[in-house]
Amino acid sequence: MKQLVRVAAALTAGVLFCATPAAAQQSSVLETVKSRGQLFCGVNTGLAGFGAPDDKGNWKGLDVDLCRAISAAIFKDPNKVKFVPLTAKERFTALQSGEIDVLSRNTTWTMSRDTSFGLSFAGINYYDGQGFMVKRSLGVVSAKELSGASICVQAGTTTEKNLADYFRSNKMEYKLVVFEKLPETIAAYNAGRCDSFTTDVSQLYAIRLTLGKADDHVVLPEIISKEPLGPVVRQGDPQWLNIVRWTLNAMLNAEELGVNQSNVDSMLNSDNPSIRRLLGKEDTFGAAIGLDNDWAFQIIKLVGNYGDSFARNVGAQSPLGIARGQNALWKDGGLQYAPPIR
Amino acid sequence: MAKLARRDGAVKQTRQLTDYFYDPKVRGILFQVIVVALISWLVYGAVLNTVNNLEAQGIASGFGFLDRTAGFDISQSLIPYENTMTYARAFWVGLLNTLLVAVLGIVFATTVGFMIGAARLSQNWLIAQLATAYVEILRNLPPLLMLFAVYFGVLKTLPSPRESLALPFSSYLNSRGLYVPAVHWEPGFGVVVASLFVAAICVIAYWAWARWRHTQTGRQMPILLPSLGVIVGIPLLAFLLMGMPLSFDPPVQGRFNLTGGIALLPELIALLVGLALYTSAFIAEIVRAGIMGVPTGQREAAAALGLKPGQILWLVVFPQAMRIIIPPLTNQYLNLTKNSSLAVAIGYPDLVSVFAGTVLNQTNQAVEVILITMSVYLVLSLLTSLFMNWFNQRMALVER
Repeated sequence: MKQLVRVAAALTAGVLFCATPAAAQQSSVLETVKSRGQLFCGVNTGLAGFGAPDDKGNWKGLDVDLCRAISAAIFKDPNKVKFVPLTAKERFTALQSGEIDVLSRNTTWTMSRDTSFGLSFAGINYYDGQGFMVKRSLGVVSAKELSGASICVQAGTTTEKNLADYFRSNKMEYKLVVFEKLPETIAAYNAGRCDSFTTDVSQLYAIRLTLGKADDHVVLPEIISKEPLGPVVRQGDPQWLNIVRWTLNAMLNAEELGVNQSNVDSMLNSDNPSIRRLLGKEDTFGAAIGLDNDWAFQIIKLVGNYGDSFARNVGAQSPLGIARGQNALWKDGGLQYAPPIR
Repeated sequence: MAKLARRDGAVKQTRQLTDYFYDPKVRGILFQVIVVALISWLVYGAVLNTVNNLEAQGIASGFGFLDRTAGFDISQSLIPYENTMTYARAFWVGLLNTLLVAVLGIVFATTVGFMIGAARLSQNWLIAQLATAYVEILRNLPPLLMLFAVYFGVLKTLPSPRESLALPFSSYLNSRGLYVPAVHWEPGFGVVVASLFVAAICVIAYWAWARWRHTQTGRQMPILLPSLGVIVGIPLLAFLLMGMPLSFDPPVQGRFNLTGGIALLPELIALLVGLALYTSAFIAEIVRAGIMGVPTGQREAAAALGLKPGQILWLVVFPQAMRIIIPPLTNQYLNLTKNSSLAVAIGYPDLVSVFAGTVLNQTNQAVEVILITMSVYLVLSLLTSLFMNWFNQRMALVER
């Protein structure tokens, strides 16, 4: 009898406990991150140039740098980040469920993801497009020659649909092989299961370097889709969206204004009003997003501007050696154009 | 206590509310109602909570996505499928692929398992030791690891499509799969199929007659050879008479792959081999235990009655061993079906890969997709156990 009462009480408590979170007011992401003392950032499980641990276990990459920049803006320390490696399939669920605060994992901004996933894209940190890689020995020089080919692709990406669209609109046939994780996809391509491997071109270049003799593989010239990659946050916290968006914008504006990691200290004395606003010498833009006024100074000092990060991770100073191309600043003929800090 | 109360009540003819409370019957019902109510509330709360939270986060919900265009391709489909069809269609493609692997896997695992199990009990030392090694190695490796080993082992060994291994009957083997000619029925093939049915009916009638004669006179008729002769002979005769109404579409070398014919994907082969090998090791042990569980006295008694060794095995040992074998065998079948979801790792388009993978990611309706997927596995498992329980009851000892 007593036991039954206890069980009933426990069940009641359980029900009440389960039912309440819906009603509970959630605190803002910034408060959560500050009280935790760490930013949880979702990154790639291992993609050279964008998000991958180096031989000492330090995370490196363009996407990783964005996480570090957010950490620098909040904590004045680029290392207060816990990197959560996620597969393409896991990433959105991890963000929605609150496992991570921001997703910075070469993720394509599409309308469906922006509208029906409960997520918001905060900007574009890399303009990419989908391409094909083939073994040089096949003698293929154009994607239009791929009719009848077997093509390897990773599950949970925009790639699968683009591929179907491209072959359908060009009235070509193909045989598809889908893998859940990137390593298996690459292994299958390398073992000859597929004639071609398709994903974003930046990834193709990164992966080509890991395939033994990189020269045995060619990336075909056709770009079959638009893949604007950027950081993602949950919907419903405009302040947090602003922090992530303006962290990226600050890095872009800094490059545009010529403020970089090595000269940022001397730039504090600059007369240029744009630079003074960026570095927090004028106005109170930091406070407007709930941070200190030197937020952008800390980002540039501790992580660097967009150009610094690009060169070090994917550009000229990196093994990938990808040209700035579409990712050059607008004034250099590229697409990177950040709204001004004003 | 309650009994006492009732007796008191019978004497006084008045029952107070507390008396009802202490009546074990009333109390039993009361608590069951409370528990059911609490669980219903719990489930209701969980569903409501989920729906509210999804709405609050701006995540689309509901099952409407099933009617939307899928837009992606699937490498193997048992029913016609194109990327312009719906997500619901993609679900069926994935489900059928899972069923294909489960059914074929169960057939192979059972066949191999019974052979290995019998081999472990062989008088021949070498065969028994080889069977033991087979069991001990295969059942002690994680199935995922075995799948990888089989899959990438197969891929690395097989030649590229341009250097395909030519097999008999214009079949080819390469790293893209096993290509066999597609068979097309020409008019007149229906006669052949009909003759097969006629032959089957003849054979069954012959069996019944042979059994009747056996029980009546004690004399046995030859069974195997005449049956085989009829079931192969009659359709073959019909086939030749109708002028061989079959045409073949052999695979032809294209620029990248062989085209035409039917391709068995390496993913399917690797998954089948991996799952069948793994599960067969367990089945072998179950079979061995079952056979050893039949008392030696049964064999000796059968031998004393003059039965031949084959008859002893089929009429005395196996029927009794099956009673021990079937219940754990059911578990292995369930395991194999559930393990087939490892397909996702080696690129076989099963339900988890297609539906809980690609569809989930494109629609992002995780709750609905996972709910459907889990229900499917639950139903599959329940159906399997239902069938096996029925089979078990048929095989069970009939007690009079």
